[in-house]
Amino acid sequence: MTQSPGHDLSAEGGHGAVPTTGVPATSGRAVRDWPLWEVFVRARRGLSHGHVGSLHAPDAEMALRNARDVYTRRQEGVSIWVVPAAAISASSPDEKDAFFDPAGDKVYRHPTFYDVPDGVEHL
Amino acid sequence: MYGNDFTQQPIVEIAEDDADFQAILDADGRIEPRDAMPEAYRKNLIRQIAQHAHSEIIGMQPEGNWITRAPSLKRKAILMAKVQDEAGHGLYLYAAAETLGADRADLLDLLHTGRQKYSSIFNYPTLTWADMGAIGWLVDGAAIVNQVPLCRCSYGPYARAMVRVCKEESFHQRQGFEILHTLSHGTPAQKAMAQDAVDRWWWPSLMMFGPPDESSPNTERSMRWGIKRFSNDELRQRFVDMTVPQAQALDLTLPDPQLSWDAATGHWEYGAIDFTELFEVIKGNGPCNAQRMAHRRRAHEEGAWVREAALAYATKRDAEREAEPPAAVA
Repeated sequence: MTQSPGHDLSAEGGHGAVPTTGVPATSGRAVRDWPLWEVFVRARRGLSHGHVGSLHAPDAEMALRNARDVYTRRQEGVSIWVVPAAAISASSPDEKDAFFDPAGDKVYRHPTFYDVPDGVEHL
Repeated sequence: MYGNDFTQQPIVEIAEDDADFQAILDADGRIEPRDAMPEAYRKNLIRQIAQHAHSEIIGMQPEGNWITRAPSLKRKAILMAKVQDEAGHGLYLYAAAETLGADRADLLDLLHTGRQKYSSIFNYPTLTWADMGAIGWLVDGAAIVNQVPLCRCSYGPYARAMVRVCKEESFHQRQGFEILHTLSHGTPAQKAMAQDAVDRWWWPSLMMFGPPDESSPNTERSMRWGIKRFSNDELRQRFVDMTVPQAQALDLTLPDPQLSWDAATGHWEYGAIDFTELFEVIKGNGPCNAQRMAHRRRAHEEGAWVREAALAYATKRDAEREAEPPAAVA
């Protein structure tokens, strides 16, 4: 078989064979782009808004229009919120740290903790 | 879908053989953006997701070529919807790459300067309308086979993006099949056009899965990391087995005289693939490499004034709002 042209190839990623070696992940160079927005969509009445993804836009109005085109092309939503990603505060960088530990040993907060005598109903 | 790293946290790097990290992978768990991860895992994913995104964006060109010449208003509307989907797929994927600390503008720059690549399949020309059928049926069909396992990829944002992409690709594949079915049941000239398109796209579609397993040394690590789930050859075989009966339903032949059913293995055997062609196309010597890149760069440069004007307008509006006295509180 002919050897590949100086780098490994793989079908990784959707549309197939691309080089997997000799390709930089990032250049480390800062390039100016529109700000990042997080997008939340209410799929239908009766449901709350849920996070669906993010996009770049120059302002809130364009972020809403872009969100409609990117995330609701098949009527996936009846209402959209966009929030500047920089305005969101998140709990902690590591999702498995002590922040959630206080809830870990309080099993009595769940109804299944309690014994119910046989024959008692509607409890 | 993605769950971005909202606050700018320093990236935490860990050793490649970190026990906690490997335990999550071994339990088929998901890595999320703010988790500590090995540098090689992060870079591997950025490169893979970025080149996947670039493929979606460049992939708009071969089909965009036929929007103005689609044979009916219905076909034109469908083709526009499909090309819009490809743009959307590119955007989902750039957003997923950004959760790993990459910048979209930087990734685009790496594409425009040729340092990151896109799939070689888009360097072939679309010569006739039947090519829209063959691309949907074969190229998107092969993409689905590649992408379905990625829905279970160990990196959460990438997996979630792929779930959405796969749902949308199903429409792409069916519309391509329908185009070919209509042509192959039309006039003899239409049927010949369909056959010609299949003859040209079959082998490049098989090459989409990459070189044979023995010459894909990177696969092992990607598998251990839960980024890749099946080998190039396994996916290629799956695609062939799926596609041969569909070709029969289309009443079109696949251009491989060695294609035969092996009752012992339960698979379709196919002839040897000439990978010289794939390597030439990846080196930049395919029929359309230069054209695709020139078009992409031109589109980006010609859009620069729009990006700058929109940002200038947003900055002006912000300044005006700040200058206004705060509204009186009753």
